[in-house]
Amino acid sequence: MGNVFSGIFGKLWGVNKEIRILLLGLDGAGKTTILYMLQMGEVIKTKPTIGFNVETLKYKNISINMWDLGGQTSIRPYWRCYYADTAAVIFVVDSTDKERLETARDELHTMLKEEELSDSALLVFANKQDQAGALGASEVSKALNLVALKDRSWSIVASSAIKGEGLTEGLDWLIDVIKEEQM
Amino acid sequence: MSTLSYKKFEDSDSGVLPDKMTVFQDCLQAFNASPVQAKRCRMLLARLLRLLYSGDSFPSTESTTLFFSISKLFQHKDVSLRQMVYLTIKELSKTSEDVLMVTSSIMKDAQNGDITYKPNAIRTLARVLDASTVNATERLFKNSVVDKNQSISSAALISSYHMLPVAKDVVKRWTNETQGTISASKVFLTSPVANHEQYGSQNLSSFIYQYHALGLLYHLRNHDKMALMKMIQSLSSNNVLKHPAALVQLTHYIAKVLETDSSLAGNFESYFEIALQNRSDMVALEAVKTIVTIPALSGLIVKAIYVLDTFLSAPRTVVRFAAVRLLNKISLTNPENIVVCNGSLEGLINDSNRAISTYAITTLLKTGNNDNVDRLIKTIAGFMDDISDEFKIVVIDSIRSLSLKFPEKHKSMLSFLNDRLREEGGFNLKNSIIEAIFDVIKFVPESRESCLEKLCEFIEDCEFTELAVRILHLLGNEGPKTSKPTLYIRHIYNRVVLENSIVRSSAVIALSKFALIGDASINKSISILLTRCLNDVDDEVRDRAALALKLLSTEKFDEARAFIDPGFSYSLPILEQKLAQYVNGDEESFNVPFDGSNIPKISEDEARAYEYKEKLNSIEESIQKESKQPKEEVSEFAKHNLLQQQYAQELSSIPELAAYGDLLRSSHVVDLTEKETEFVVTCVKHIFAGHIVLQFNVENTLTDLQLDNVTMVSEPDFEEFVEDFVAPIESLKPQTTGSTYVSFTRSETLEGCLFTNNLTYIAKEVDPATGEAAEGDEGFEDEYRVESVDIVPGDFIVPSFAGNFTSVWDSLPNPCSSVFNLSDAKGIADVVAKLIKDSSMSPCDSSELVGSHASHTLKLFGKSINNENIAAVIRFVYKESVGVMVKVEAKSVNAELGTFFANEIIV
Ligand SMILES: Nc1nc2c(ncn2[C@@H]2O[C@H](COP(=O)(O)OP(=O)(O)O)[C@@H](O)[C@H]2O)c(=O)[nH]1
Ligand SMILES: [Mg+2]
Repeated sequence: MGNVFSGIFGKLWGVNKEIRILLLGLDGAGKTTILYMLQMGEVIKTKPTIGFNVETLKYKNISINMWDLGGQTSIRPYWRCYYADTAAVIFVVDSTDKERLETARDELHTMLKEEELSDSALLVFANKQDQAGALGASEVSKALNLVALKDRSWSIVASSAIKGEGLTEGLDWLIDVIKEEQM
Repeated sequence: MSTLSYKKFEDSDSGVLPDKMTVFQDCLQAFNASPVQAKRCRMLLARLLRLLYSGDSFPSTESTTLFFSISKLFQHKDVSLRQMVYLTIKELSKTSEDVLMVTSSIMKDAQNGDITYKPNAIRTLARVLDASTVNATERLFKNSVVDKNQSISSAALISSYHMLPVAKDVVKRWTNETQGTISASKVFLTSPVANHEQYGSQNLSSFIYQYHALGLLYHLRNHDKMALMKMIQSLSSNNVLKHPAALVQLTHYIAKVLETDSSLAGNFESYFEIALQNRSDMVALEAVKTIVTIPALSGLIVKAIYVLDTFLSAPRTVVRFAAVRLLNKISLTNPENIVVCNGSLEGLINDSNRAISTYAITTLLKTGNNDNVDRLIKTIAGFMDDISDEFKIVVIDSIRSLSLKFPEKHKSMLSFLNDRLREEGGFNLKNSIIEAIFDVIKFVPESRESCLEKLCEFIEDCEFTELAVRILHLLGNEGPKTSKPTLYIRHIYNRVVLENSIVRSSAVIALSKFALIGDASINKSISILLTRCLNDVDDEVRDRAALALKLLSTEKFDEARAFIDPGFSYSLPILEQKLAQYVNGDEESFNVPFDGSNIPKISEDEARAYEYKEKLNSIEESIQKESKQPKEEVSEFAKHNLLQQQYAQELSSIPELAAYGDLLRSSHVVDLTEKETEFVVTCVKHIFAGHIVLQFNVENTLTDLQLDNVTMVSEPDFEEFVEDFVAPIESLKPQTTGSTYVSFTRSETLEGCLFTNNLTYIAKEVDPATGEAAEGDEGFEDEYRVESVDIVPGDFIVPSFAGNFTSVWDSLPNPCSSVFNLSDAKGIADVVAKLIKDSSMSPCDSSELVGSHASHTLKLFGKSINNENIAAVIRFVYKESVGVMVKVEAKSVNAELGTFFANEIIV
């Protein structure tokens, strides 16, 4: 009995709902740093992620399972194992790494073609804004050819994971979209 | 929140395993669901593990799918679920691809995770790491190894150990941490994870990490003998190791050290003395075991045996078993040492554990010596009533070997056997008793009359036809040789009157053998008795009686004698082989009668020498179940015979040898090259009356070279040996073996000669595609030097049996002796074994068993190829400073052979 009610109320009030969000992007973009910044509010020392990190964060009464998948070439093929039931993808880009923007673009578009992600919202962090020479959000957007995305809610936010700037902004937008579209 | 809570999910006791496909589907569904239901997932993982632990497995694709779904459970923080996840990943890592995907997550747990699953995380980490990812874990492992919590430290040490094959270089980086851990003191948390590791003494189990650290350290230091030695020496003296398993392991390592360098034994004596007193029986037993096997520690054997003696009355079965087994081992070589335990051993005769009581009894019997054997047998007789037939047979077998060892004590053993014969018992028991008595008659000739008397009494009332027949056969063979043959004639004839037809017909044959005595009055009464048998209702009995009467009445009695008592037997395996060949031939082959002339005949003495050896050994073997070689079905004797036969056949294909006469003896195979060379060459020496033929077996191990016209240039250093001819190998293809022969006319006398050997051939390259040498390729001449071959005394000798060595020795002429010093010999036992093989003589009076490390006497008996007796008494003294000193004394009817033997048996 209890379960039934909490299930119904959970739906109605938007509490107790768990959603899955994937943090994707090339290696070194700042995914792991963002994950722990969001979870603990501090910058941790990271090592290249062999596999994934998963943490649960409470954000505005919503419980988010945030999956940070490793971005190395060897790990990227396994991203798809974690696509199912994904509410949103946060794609992190190192805005200073101009050389690999093209690779980032290709990975992004290939990923979004996947059937399982067709309903997921997309948030792009143009990260490392604190660095001199970082491209702005619009430049990154252009490089990633985001305008080409159809039938999908997306947004790009300039961020600095180590300063904690832009993260909540981006996440606020994302949660709103998810609430609207999926709950 | 703990694995200890258990809700009945399915009946795990039913023994029925869950359905594999259902488990697979349920798992995928539950693990991919969101949100994760921890409890349900835990139970499903338990089901999955049950399948995997029972030996089931999934194909790689399914396994990998499962693995990825399980990786999703990392999003849930439930501690028990995480533990189950680790257990499962550990199993699936064997069959899944891409397990590296969980590396980061595990590393996080292994560093900062809950203490409950931290050890699980570390153990699982070792399964998912590979050479590329292991580097990232260096800090983690170093920290975990030195962790104050022993569960974590142990997990890290064991995981490191398992990682050695893939990443020894990386693991080496925490050698210092491992070293420090051995002596560090750690906290022992009684968390549920640690519970199952508690065994033995409770507070000691908290030191288990010492065992793990020691094992790891040993492998890390393995390449550096000095460091290893230093570690072993310091650990053996500083009393740091507390855990029994660690001490046992250290003892293993010490044993290994001593096996290669026994001069270090002194350094460890006090370690062993303390270990013997350790309150863990496991440690003390291991110490005893090492003392027993390492000769250099023999100074401690008395103390070790004392420890075993106290263990014989230990309450734990396994301790008693281990102790009695070790005593049994000692009893094989040093029975006199364990006589002190006889009291305790007797106490174990009725032990409820069969293995223990069997060991106890056989060990006791081994301790038998001239002084106590009578008493021992009395003791054992006292409890024979209480034990089963099966077990009685074990005892009878022991008594049998004992009677061969102590022929002069045959009386008490015989009366023991006779008493058993009277008691109730099934066929197998009776049969083994009869076998034992037969052996006593055969090998202890002076016992003959009393044995036969006992057997006569037994067949008066014997319910087993088969046994009666065997006994009658024996009476027929042995009775005529006794002082009162008529006594046996009466017993045998009684059977003709009273028994069934099978027994009656054997009795008829047995009777007829008494004619061999050649006594007219005996012959007359036998004729009368046999004539009565002509009226028997059974035709077999009548036929046999008629044949016997015919033989008796013949003029040429000597011819008849050869029928009744041929004095030799055929080599049965070869006879069987030949007969089978004959019977399977086509119709024409039956036009000629079966030819038995070329089947080797074995004289009675020869057969006995082999049989005696086998009898003595067989008892030991049946106890030494742990002995590595499986027991050969074919007896040594038969093998030897078959080999000789095979050689004879091969040689008969060489026409020149036809005139040489019988092959008298073929030697062991002698290696003339290392086993790994291009051409592996061995040699067999064949001795004929006037010739010696060297057979060289050549194996061409190359893949691209063919050898043509392969011959051995073999040069004797003694001009009396003259080369007759050489039979070359025409062509030796790559990776084949062939034989070339060189024949010499040998000197009349039996003496040595050294042949230096050079293999010559024409080498041709082979086309790997066709396997043939190129056409028109002339090849090039080449030669290949191999070791020389020595004619040794053993080449002229065949083993033979001496019932009473001392009297044979005393009767032989031409004594000759010499002294040798073998400075690099490892010990007496090794030299004895080699001498028995080299001399090709039979050891007598159980002198092949070396009882003492300090001195020993070996007695050997054999016959020359000319059928002349030769005996040798070889004395050994061992001193560490000088090695083994040997004095050889030989006596032979053939003086030259005796001299040759004394001077050259040791080279
Ligand atoms: N300057 C700067 N460095 C960052 C920022 N985010 C991450 N990094 C650094 O980039 C490196 C890689 O970050 P990490 O989170 O491991 O990237 P991941 O491979 O995407 O998980 C680390 O050295 C971070 O400290 C940022 O916003 N500004
Ligand atoms: Mg990362």
